[in-house]
Amino acid sequence: MTKLMQWLFGASLLGGLWALVSFDLLDLNLPHTYREVAWPMPLYLLVSFGCFSLATVGYRVATFNDCDAAAKELQEQIREAREDLRRRGLKM
Amino acid sequence: MASRKTTQPKRDTEDKYSILLPTYNERENLPLIVWLLVKYLGESGFNYEIIVIDDGSPDGTLEVAEQLQKIYGGDKILLRPREKKLGLGTAYIHGMKHATGNFIIIMDADLSHHPKFIPEFIQKQKEGNYDVVSGTRYRGDGGVYGWDLRRKLISRGANFLTQVLLRPGASDLTGSFRLYKKSALESLVERCVSKGYVFQMEMIVRARQLNFTIGEVPISFVDRVYGESKLGGNEIVSFAKGLLMLFATT
Ligand SMILES: Nc1nc2c(ncn2[C@@H]2O[C@H](COP(=O)(O)OP(=O)(O)O)[C@@H](O)[C@H]2O)c(=O)[nH]1
Repeated sequence: MTKLMQWLFGASLLGGLWALVSFDLLDLNLPHTYREVAWPMPLYLLVSFGCFSLATVGYRVATFNDCDAAAKELQEQIREAREDLRRRGLKM
Repeated sequence: MASRKTTQPKRDTEDKYSILLPTYNERENLPLIVWLLVKYLGESGFNYEIIVIDDGSPDGTLEVAEQLQKIYGGDKILLRPREKKLGLGTAYIHGMKHATGNFIIIMDADLSHHPKFIPEFIQKQKEGNYDVVSGTRYRGDGGVYGWDLRRKLISRGANFLTQVLLRPGASDLTGSFRLYKKSALESLVERCVSKGYVFQMEMIVRARQLNFTIGEVPISFVDRVYGESKLGGNEIVSFAKGLLMLFATT
């Protein structure tokens, strides 16, 4: 099953469940509160997922390591390498 | 007098690591990366070879490579040039055909990938007998140097989206610093169709599909010192297309 199919499958499952409760498709005579809670649920989920995404990405951008030490080390090694290679007769 | 045992720790003599270095206009960088490779791999005593795949660089990269071969020896530095620029994906395939190691290491020759991590890759591979060991900028001590806020935001955003949509089981999909079992790499490149950044992504996604095990090692990515790296509108569009393609087909 491709990822797209997995998503469609998941979405239709949730969508079906949601419709079932919101519109009481099976005539289960669910309490009114159930329907009231279920009805705006997709929007809630969407908004919370959006917030979660923004927070996660924001946090990860803020904590993205800047490898200053690695860059410095590399610069030193480049100098060392140049000298050594020249000694060995490399014409750059 | 009893037996003369060497006190040196014994290495697995069978394991050999072939490092593929595709180059296009890397005259400045190639000697430096080779020097670093020899330093770190030589010190740790691994059996290795460096395969340089130059695509007819107009700046004379091949000529520098020939000089390096003289310095370090033809058993350590192998030259497998091609006539013209044919792209990274086919460069790997070309290099792999000539590799004699049972492990293959793929890295950029532009010094953004530091050879000091290779012993860690090898260590990691042995720990879990992984099929693939991938360097990651997004975990642990991993990170980047020389990226502004915009670049970091795009990178993290794209990575998050990819994780949500593909759940690939590896944290760095677009990085190209990896170690593969040769057999694993062979079956992967056979299946991979995309190019550029997406190629690296596809490799990991297909690895998951084939139930290959993936280990990860945090790396510091120092953006290329000489020459420039590009991340423009074009790259973003082709990334998005590739992501959707993988989403719909894998
Ligand atoms: N042989 C070969 N090497 C290439 C080609 N394109 C890029 N490279 C090399 O592949 C590595 C990554 O290059 P590139 O994707 O341009 O760099 P990035 O954008 O900084 O990741 C460098 O070592 C380049 O020299 C190509 O068409 N053929």
